[in-house]
Amino acid sequence: MTASAREIWLGRGILMFVMIITLVPFITLFVTALHEPGTYPSGLTLPDKYHWDNFVLAFQSADMGKMLVSSVLIELGVVPIALVISTLAGFALGHLKVPFRRTLLVVFVLGLTLPFEGIIVPLYFQIRDYGFLNTQWAIILPLIGLFMPFAVMWMSAHFMNMPQELTEAARVDGANTWQLFWRVHVPLSRPAIASLAILLFLWTWNQFLLAIVLVDDPTKRTMAGALGAFQGQWGTDVPLLCAGSLLILTPVLIVFLVFQRQFVAALLQGAVKG
Amino acid sequence: MTRTTRSDAVAGPDLSHPEPRAGLPGLVLVVPALLFYGVFVLRPLAATVQYSFYDWDGIGVAAWVGVENYIRLLTDPELINPILNAFQLILYFSIIPVIFGVVAAAIIRRLGQSKMAFASRTVLFLPQVIPLVAAGIMWTWLMATDGLINQILNGLGLDFLSRAWLGDFDTALPAVGVIGAWVNVGLCMLLMLAGMTKIDPALYEAARLDGAGSIREFFSVTLPAIRPELGIAVIITVISALRSFDIIYISTQGGPGNSTLVPGLEIYYLAFFEREIGQASALAVALTILVLAVVLPLNRLSRMGSGS
Repeated sequence: MTASAREIWLGRGILMFVMIITLVPFITLFVTALHEPGTYPSGLTLPDKYHWDNFVLAFQSADMGKMLVSSVLIELGVVPIALVISTLAGFALGHLKVPFRRTLLVVFVLGLTLPFEGIIVPLYFQIRDYGFLNTQWAIILPLIGLFMPFAVMWMSAHFMNMPQELTEAARVDGANTWQLFWRVHVPLSRPAIASLAILLFLWTWNQFLLAIVLVDDPTKRTMAGALGAFQGQWGTDVPLLCAGSLLILTPVLIVFLVFQRQFVAALLQGAVKG
Repeated sequence: MTRTTRSDAVAGPDLSHPEPRAGLPGLVLVVPALLFYGVFVLRPLAATVQYSFYDWDGIGVAAWVGVENYIRLLTDPELINPILNAFQLILYFSIIPVIFGVVAAAIIRRLGQSKMAFASRTVLFLPQVIPLVAAGIMWTWLMATDGLINQILNGLGLDFLSRAWLGDFDTALPAVGVIGAWVNVGLCMLLMLAGMTKIDPALYEAARLDGAGSIREFFSVTLPAIRPELGIAVIITVISALRSFDIIYISTQGGPGNSTLVPGLEIYYLAFFEREIGQASALAVALTILVLAVVLPLNRLSRMGSGS
């Protein structure tokens, strides 16, 4: 049964409208970034002269090289460790019949909806006592902990669906638990682990609250945290602020466009499981 | 690996998990995750509850005040106001995107696998991918006195409507809400679409044979079938409203006055600027409970009748 032509055009029209609304802020940001620094361009107007050097200027004056290094360091600290320990825990809780399985799952589920604001105050004092304030560790360590409820639930949901025949066959062949995990289950779990990696990368890059509370120096923060500091610095220089924002957006956008298919799938599944 | 028969006996015949072998040694695999979670989430969570019963400036000696911080939470308008604001934001962060998402998805579903449907997936996910801070910066600029929105209004001859949207007491909260709606609408729409593609086309044909029009078809076939996705979209977006922080920190800092102050921002101000650690913690506990209180019933509702 085919839909009537009128309905199809209505569908196209709505889709077009939503896409335009979504894109307009990006376009405004881009156009404004090309205006003369220090001016206050009104709305969406093309500049008389295109100031492409604004991007260079923003990069240099915000010390963006350092910010980029800091963000990458934080990503490297968070994502691999979080992946490894949540895969281990997810395997044990999802596939093996460990004692207290149900209790442990409930403990992790409890943290699933926890707002970061709910623990940020004591976390500040805790990180201060450890001597990590104003270092990348202040973001890395708590973030790994905060990702655990989602990551462990994600991996254990995945391992629950792995066929038991597989495990039985490996056991018959004499595999111990470690071999079963490392040789059989991990290689078969690559898609689930990759999706989780994408989500964790994104959430780390965009993490803001931890960055502004625990790290004063913008060059030691995540990119989102650094962007927050920009606004105070350049609140009056709109073109430079826009150029800086675009520079910070670009890496995520590139990663998104490259891994688009996995991204959309991961985010939708992440929404469903979260 | 030791094969404990005891754990089998304790766990009983769990048919969904017939893997009977790893006992306590398997538990070792959970330890690293539990350690990080315990030290950096559960411990501060317990400390938040503890702090909430004290009067403390973060430096001197803390004084036990019992439930006083909670009483102030319920009686001081300055502390109730942020919670009420968060509830108002639900309209913009959740209800509007979800309704719009459902209706738009129902219409788009008919487009099938066209190029445009594919392109829309990429475009509509952009707001979900970028930092919320960036969304805040973009929209602050759009809604500024000289921004695009006023430019359009002036162009349409509606000059009397133009204003500093984020700086006006009457419009600041809805304006912040619009930013949240912009972020959430694409996700809602795609979630609904994902739900709708799972519907058996035979159901639609049956409905058509019974003489159902588009509207009746929507209410009797589509809506019941996407109930799980609908529940998920509502839960995620309601949480995003209650714990909103980034967008508001960037666009209004809670102002003008306290008209866009939300619990997350108030916790931040109380703890790190006014040095009222106890009061901030009480609000943090309240926010955590509030999120749970909203999510748990919604979660149950969305699972009911979904057939699983």
